[in-house]
Amino acid sequence: MGDYLVLIVSSMLINNITLAQYLGICPFIGTSKKMETATGMAGAVVFVMTLAAIITWCIDTYLLKTLGIEFLRTIAFILVIASLVQFVEMFLKKSIPALYAGLGIFLPLITTNCAVMGVCLINIQEEYKFLEALTASISYALGFGLALILFAGVRERVVLGRVPRPLQDTSIGLVTAGMLALAFIGFKGLV
Amino acid sequence: MAKTIGQEFVKGLWEEIPPFRLVLGLCPTLAVTKSVENGIGMGLATTFVLVCANILVSILSGIIPSKIRIACFIIIIATFVTVVELVMQAYTYQLFMELGIFIPLIVVNCIVLGRSEAFASKNGVIPSLADGLGIGIGFTLSLTAISAVRESLGSGTLLGYSIFGPSFEPFSFMVEAPGAFICLGLLLCIMNIIGRK
Repeated sequence: MGDYLVLIVSSMLINNITLAQYLGICPFIGTSKKMETATGMAGAVVFVMTLAAIITWCIDTYLLKTLGIEFLRTIAFILVIASLVQFVEMFLKKSIPALYAGLGIFLPLITTNCAVMGVCLINIQEEYKFLEALTASISYALGFGLALILFAGVRERVVLGRVPRPLQDTSIGLVTAGMLALAFIGFKGLV
Repeated sequence: MAKTIGQEFVKGLWEEIPPFRLVLGLCPTLAVTKSVENGIGMGLATTFVLVCANILVSILSGIIPSKIRIACFIIIIATFVTVVELVMQAYTYQLFMELGIFIPLIVVNCIVLGRSEAFASKNGVIPSLADGLGIGIGFTLSLTAISAVRESLGSGTLLGYSIFGPSFEPFSFMVEAPGAFICLGLLLCIMNIIGRK
């Protein structure tokens, strides 16, 4: 049990997917201007990332490895993620319209969110067992959501300040993200 | 749309230079720019994928049904990424290990898909090639610039050679994640100042 706790803390905070592993920066910068879009994106990522990681883990273990065709991993993973996103979108539209209305426009964007693909690849690289992969993926996804929502909160305040013109928008956004990343380094002492 | 081949090529070097003008593909930009060597390696790998994918997409754009074009583009890109991955593993193993998961992640680099969708699917083979090459080299130049700043300040070296002498105390901050964000943010700011004149 203790091992899993360490895994959760290290995946969520210490090796935070965005602020320490540089994954998913595009949506992190792109959807963090408003709190609403940030929470929407965070929700969609948690949902898709967990599903995608589990499915790609199974495909890698039971299909690619047994057939000895690991060199097709990149193609297989991106196909799985792209079709999964499509499928989730159709499923939500049909059965849970309320959730679809909330996540709708963020779902297609997730196909090219490198955090999703990144987590799938990390799971394989670290040779996680099924339960470990599941725990790590959920923690990574929650870590992304946490970072995104925190960042959106900060950015909403930054807009109110007087920012010099050349620094406006993405530029100050990146510097702010740097500060946040600095704060997350503080978690290194936890484990 | 009367741009010459030369103009298509040159626009990638300044007008639309990624990731400064087109704020796309930030993840590899931040992740691999710890050292100049990694930056150049990543840039060249991306350029190769970009050029090949652009050429193939422009050839096939007449055949691919528009409804499933994104999926087709992604498969084309993924194929070339796999090629790069295997070639790098065979010939530049050290670099392959350093770049790690960021080589397969070229698949989800929005620059590549963006060029296929926005340019190659609507233009002929030769302009697409010029566009891919221009954007690719622009991306390589940006990565080199960012990594030069980070490597020289963060470890006091450039391409592995010491440049500030032994008394220099490197700011290890610059090679870590926060330094990457702040460095890119400030470079973007400098680009904005130059671009406005």
